[in-house]
Amino acid sequence: MSKLGLWQQFIYYYQHNGSYVLQQFNRTFLISIYGVLFAAVVGIPIGIFISRNAHLGNFVVEIANFIQTIPSLALLSIIMIAMGLGVMTVIVTVTLYSLLPIIKNTYTGMKSVDKNVIDSGKGMGMTKWQLLYLVRLPLSMSVIIAGLKNALVIAIGITSIGSFVGAGGLGDIIIRGTNATNGSAIILAGALPTALMAILADLLLNFLQKWLQPKGLRN
Amino acid sequence: MVEESPMVEFKDVTKIYSKSKQPAVEHISFKINKGEFCCLIGTSGSGKTTLMRMINRMNSVTKGQVLVNGKDVKKFNLVNLRRKIGYVIQNNGLMPHMTIRENIVLVPKLLKWPKEKLNEEAERLIKMAELPESYLDRYPAELSGGQQQRIGVVRALAADQNLILMDEPFGALDPITRESLQNLVQNLQMQLGKTIVFVTHDMDEALKLATKIVVLHDGKLIQVGSPEEILHHPANKFVESLIGEERLSEAKYETVKVKNVMTAPVKINLGASLNDALAMMKERHVDTLLVIDDDNHLKGYISIADLQRKYPHVSSVSDIMLPINATVGPEEYLRDNFSRILSRNGQYIPVVDAERKLIGVVTRASLVNVVYEKIWGEKKPATEELEKKAN
Ligand SMILES: Nc1ncnc2c1ncn2[C@@H]1O[C@H](COP(=O)(O)OP(=O)(O)O)[C@@H](O)[C@H]1O
Ligand SMILES: [Mg+2]
Repeated sequence: MSKLGLWQQFIYYYQHNGSYVLQQFNRTFLISIYGVLFAAVVGIPIGIFISRNAHLGNFVVEIANFIQTIPSLALLSIIMIAMGLGVMTVIVTVTLYSLLPIIKNTYTGMKSVDKNVIDSGKGMGMTKWQLLYLVRLPLSMSVIIAGLKNALVIAIGITSIGSFVGAGGLGDIIIRGTNATNGSAIILAGALPTALMAILADLLLNFLQKWLQPKGLRN
Repeated sequence: MVEESPMVEFKDVTKIYSKSKQPAVEHISFKINKGEFCCLIGTSGSGKTTLMRMINRMNSVTKGQVLVNGKDVKKFNLVNLRRKIGYVIQNNGLMPHMTIRENIVLVPKLLKWPKEKLNEEAERLIKMAELPESYLDRYPAELSGGQQQRIGVVRALAADQNLILMDEPFGALDPITRESLQNLVQNLQMQLGKTIVFVTHDMDEALKLATKIVVLHDGKLIQVGSPEEILHHPANKFVESLIGEERLSEAKYETVKVKNVMTAPVKINLGASLNDALAMMKERHVDTLLVIDDDNHLKGYISIADLQRKYPHVSSVSDIMLPINATVGPEEYLRDNFSRILSRNGQYIPVVDAERKLIGVVTRASLVNVVYEKIWGEKKPATEELEKKAN
């Protein structure tokens, strides 16, 4: 089959299954986002909490590192044994993987806030909460968002694999392609939007990172 | 009248940081009165910062008591205590993500002042910092180090704090900028009558700004006193070394009084015979004698030249006595009389008290010693030795 043939097939596929692809695109996106959001809800407070104690901080980051070293397919399978097939299994896996970059970056961000600034905030009579939301969070926002960005890109990759445990999404299209004879065009039809999504997520969060960066810190 | 309680009082204060056995400061007691500019001085690690931070409870007190306005700091609400005390640190501690305006009115904002009042306050304080109003909407990074620290200083006044703590606030600035900031702080302190606790390791800075200097070494209090007291009566070698050889001898020279360098006069009674006078001149190796009456009042002098000329014809000291115009008092400063003594034809100048009683002389030779010590420093404390001689 000629190269042109592949692209023709690819376009043909999109012409006839456009709405299906879009639906799977959304599904992958939402699974990834949910996973990352759960991880953020858990991970950011953990990161803030452990930044007060270096020993605890290192310990927790070690655990998150350990989770990260488990191959994603293996972790997915282990969780599937516990939770069965379906979308929740994927979301939990994504959450577990997202924890590391989120906790690590929150921890690093919090730690890297200038000690002098914290000292003067305290010395001027800020309460712990005021210090957190007026000083420590704004000043580590950009590092925290960088963590979310890493998490989201990883999450999109894992969600594509997640189709193996019946979560649906763009991975479904890829699997369909691998099962079909001459399925290259179909594989491409699933893979390309996945890659595109990862790139877009990266761009979007870069933008968000810049936008949320406090003005006084922009160069 | 009831005595006003001091702004800050340390009562036998000891601080031991957790995980360390050595106390960072121990058994510190002293008072800082309202309106005083108190400099804590000492070498690095002597406990200056530790001591200062106990005032606003940035450090806890291990033993003893720290009182602010007569009340133990432990009895204050922590946050309220800190909002009432201005706090300036070396690297200005401005919030990099807030505008200068937001930085200046941070404490008033924590205290929930209404918005118009916040703006008023920001404008008032930027004037005080001697910076243009347009800077209010800039970010700290857009200001120079000296300008940032100006903001750091006025920020500590934003909620009308009466007590301000400063920890080596100008340590990181170049000498010229530092001096202008010192002037700013000094003016503010004088105009507004604030009480300032100022940590420094720079004796020049302390001598320039302080009304009270507290010298610390190895966590112990070595000396408390006014700049003059520290300069002229350093408690020990350590304080002397802090002051420095040069400043020390300068200070000593500045304060040498006539009585410190005068020596015993060679004198003779008005009624004595010229024979006695001649014998005394020979014995004491001098060519003039100061003449006194029975009550030790200085009457004049006689010289060997007149004696020789008139010897056989007159017989009493009073017959050849000449008047003396130039005298000095014992409490006068030597530096004010230096040229007067040197320019006089004679070798010495008599020292008389308020009743014109003769108590000593200052010779050219004793001036030599003083100049020698000023220029080359000294091995022994000069004034004490000379005082001994004079008594
Ligand atoms: N947070 C701390 N924990 C333990 N030891 C400290 C701490 N801060 C200061 N010290 C120790 O206390 C002593 C006095 O320190 P400090 O008050 O900072 O001195 P200075 O301000 O005069 O340089 C030093 O020996 C220092 O090592
Ligand atoms: Mg210090």
